[in-house]
Amino acid sequence: MGFSRVFDYGSGKQDWLAAGLPTEGRAADVPRAGAVARRDVPTCSLDERLGDVRHRAEAAGWDACVVVDGSRVVLGLLRSDELRGRPDQRIEEAMRPGPSTFRPNVHIVEMAGFMVEHDVESTPITTGDGVLIGLLLREDAVAAASDFQRRHREEHGAHERG
Amino acid sequence: MARNIERDEVRRLVTEGAQLVEVLPKEEYEEEHLPGAINLPLRRLEAEARTALDPDRPVIVYCWDDP
Repeated sequence: MGFSRVFDYGSGKQDWLAAGLPTEGRAADVPRAGAVARRDVPTCSLDERLGDVRHRAEAAGWDACVVVDGSRVVLGLLRSDELRGRPDQRIEEAMRPGPSTFRPNVHIVEMAGFMVEHDVESTPITTGDGVLIGLLLREDAVAAASDFQRRHREEHGAHERG
Repeated sequence: MARNIERDEVRRLVTEGAQLVEVLPKEEYEEEHLPGAINLPLRRLEAEARTALDPDRPVIVYCWDDP
């Protein structure tokens, strides 16, 4: 092409979307898991004690905690059931290991449907490398999906009337 | 020969003025693309790159992912 500095972003648009980064275009405003996930979810490490983690999570108003390594890669999840375990347990013993995670670019309607159908209380949202972005709560996903569908119906109705 | 780069370097180069080029078809570009990217589908790339792009600035080409 006669250009001296040409680069190939080989991982491409899929990688960009999976990292939850901003985009432009018709679908840019569609609510996605990454935008709805709560980024202030508490985290803990494998070698902590359950009692300490529960105390910290409750003090922050949470009944869940994501277990991560030093790079914030998700290792496990403590939902309300796990947090009620023996206080002296190590997190490694108490956690739900290797939880299902979802990428931030998944449409929120799809996420809400999945979480309701499979009775999932919360799920970590991560980059393709497994790095935690936030925790998506079912109640947030359902509310965001309902809001999107209502707005979509109104806009669609307006177009049809117009 | 274009050098392969990862997401962090894309972000850094863009802040330094690099031009992003999505080579996917127009419909996919219009649906969603990286901020500031222009659309030059592969079949138009050779013919239009010289007029659409500034040769003095870096160019980052991307599609959906590695084939």
